[in-house]
Amino acid sequence: MAQIIIENVRKDFGSFNAVKSSSFTVEDGEFFMLLGPSGCGKTTTLRMMAGLELPTSGEIYIDGEEVGQKPASQRDIAFVFQMFALYPHMNVGKNISYPLLSQGMPKAQVKKKVHEIAEILGITEILNKPVGSLSGGDRQRVALGRAIVRDPKAFFMDEPLGALDAEFREHMSEELRALHDRIGATTVYVTHDQLEAMQMGDKIVVMNHGSIEQFGVPQDIYDWPASKFVAQFLGSPPMNLLEFNGMVDIGAKQVRMGDITMDIPPSLEGANGALSFGIRPEHVKLDDSARYRGRVKAVEYLGTTQIVLLDTPNGVLKARLPSSDPVTIGATTGMIFDPRTITLFDSQTGKALRSQANQGVLTHG
Amino acid sequence: MAEVILTDVSKSFAADVALENVSMTVPNGSFVVLLGPTGAGKTTILRMVSGLDQPDQGAISIGGRDTAGLTPAQRDVAMVFQQYSLYPHLTVRQNLEFPLKSPILRTPQAEIDRKVGEVAEILQISHKLGNKATALSGGEMQRVSIGRALVRNPAVYLMDEPLSSLDAKLRSDLRIEIKSIQADSGATLLYVTHDQIEAMTMATHVGVLDNGKLVQFGSPREIYENPVSMYAASRLGQPRINLLPADVFAVAPHSATHIGLRPEQIVQGEGEESLVQRVEHLGDQTRLHLMFRSHNLITVTNSHTTLKRGDVVKIRPDKPFYFDANGARLG
Repeated sequence: MAQIIIENVRKDFGSFNAVKSSSFTVEDGEFFMLLGPSGCGKTTTLRMMAGLELPTSGEIYIDGEEVGQKPASQRDIAFVFQMFALYPHMNVGKNISYPLLSQGMPKAQVKKKVHEIAEILGITEILNKPVGSLSGGDRQRVALGRAIVRDPKAFFMDEPLGALDAEFREHMSEELRALHDRIGATTVYVTHDQLEAMQMGDKIVVMNHGSIEQFGVPQDIYDWPASKFVAQFLGSPPMNLLEFNGMVDIGAKQVRMGDITMDIPPSLEGANGALSFGIRPEHVKLDDSARYRGRVKAVEYLGTTQIVLLDTPNGVLKARLPSSDPVTIGATTGMIFDPRTITLFDSQTGKALRSQANQGVLTHG
Repeated sequence: MAEVILTDVSKSFAADVALENVSMTVPNGSFVVLLGPTGAGKTTILRMVSGLDQPDQGAISIGGRDTAGLTPAQRDVAMVFQQYSLYPHLTVRQNLEFPLKSPILRTPQAEIDRKVGEVAEILQISHKLGNKATALSGGEMQRVSIGRALVRNPAVYLMDEPLSSLDAKLRSDLRIEIKSIQADSGATLLYVTHDQIEAMTMATHVGVLDNGKLVQFGSPREIYENPVSMYAASRLGQPRINLLPADVFAVAPHSATHIGLRPEQIVQGEGEESLVQRVEHLGDQTRLHLMFRSHNLITVTNSHTTLKRGDVVKIRPDKPFYFDANGARLG
């Protein structure tokens, strides 16, 4: 159980800068997500935390001790890979007990410990089975068992569910999170799946092109993205970004898009030129009397809700509405945006403009 | 453009019954998604329509023509597989042109260029047309193989989990693209997946398969709102439908063994007490994991709920589904 602090950590591979100077803290007992598209540096960051790569510069503290230049074997951590590597010639019990026996733990104690872990993971029944005969889920549980059994200070997981199909992945992610809630060990988890990150994480770091875009609590990041990248990476469908040319003054409570005035949270920053108006699909309502108009282009039925695609003067917009709302493809309608939820972005820098609504989240992260 | 009709089709592989008396009509211009877990028989249907496999019994017709004895080429179908199959020594452009360059079709070069350009644009691979197929990422290769089917104008498109190896963002873009290509061109499309989002968002009709049997066929909305069985009800909906003993809330109809509750069939704030076990913020919504009389239940609530683990929430069923001991829906 440990707190992990990353300070100004940077990694170069030859002339390629994989991770730009990054800092964040993983608190003791947290389930911590490193989220981003492939090539963003999230796996490299995890590997540096685990000691599988050494940082080019910067410090890594595990439980107060600086371990940046120490190999994985001296960090007392456990790593779970995407492809669970089990010893095929050993049965389940032997696979789990192996790390303890190789540490020289007395046999009786090992046996007790293995049974305890098997109980937690619900695999007591299969302890004597060869691993070759197991289902994907059971193999995953055994791989987890082997990681947990050593009581490491922290767990590092690199897309451990990436190879599973959608239905099973959801089941395993619930199981993993429940397991974490029981044993409370600090866990750092890499994924490119935003839903997995939202669902499982206590905190999320969003990375892109080797830098940290945002760091914080999932719902905060979702509600108040610091950049257009985060706005579009989180959420399915992602935040709508309506592009327009306009001006915002400090203290402004409204912004003009073309000839229509939209209410926004009071702005704490001024900007002029190419801007984006960010609105989440679930904060759009259709109202025929509204002045901002669009044409219904397509509808995606999702059961409880439906996603309505509208052509607007500022690009395609997606609205999430209850499935019971009648919507006609081809019809023209008005749209209302919940003004409390709006984020404006400077299109040049891609950064969110600070407002009274998002300043708490942005200064904190 | 053609209607596909399966009549009493059965197929076994040695002792394994893969399909049992499947009858289904894929209407002309429809987008039919076959949905079911691994082994349900989805791919077997697709392979028999394509001519890669023959039914043991029953008949398949495409555009009014019986397909018995016809080769895949004679059936005029275009197939996209989960595992992309490209010509590795050819460029992306040459791979896309290949189906049009068949000596039988004699497509003029200008027409080929136009088609290839159009399809490359839709699939966001225009900038890769000069690359060798082997120099592409997995996602790009799959887009090329979808493109190779799209450049043709077959009677029927057959697709077997074409998006399953792509990342989430690309998958959601291509869902909309494939759907709009199909809707605009009026093509008939038979599509296999185990991803319910694909089924819900793209299909005009969904065929739910269970162990080689077609158990329900209808629009996504019909299947979601009016499932014939516990199995069909469990195929669509996220979070999954809650299935509990029938009388857990109140007296249930005679012969009901299970009550089925989707999130919208659970009213919050009235009824009986349940305990919040976990609050899961997904951004646009929040999932509540509840414990009700020692049963687990998942429902959805406002994304900014103040509820937390250990709180009590009252719940009441609203127009629930009831199922009998065989899993069949009760009226």
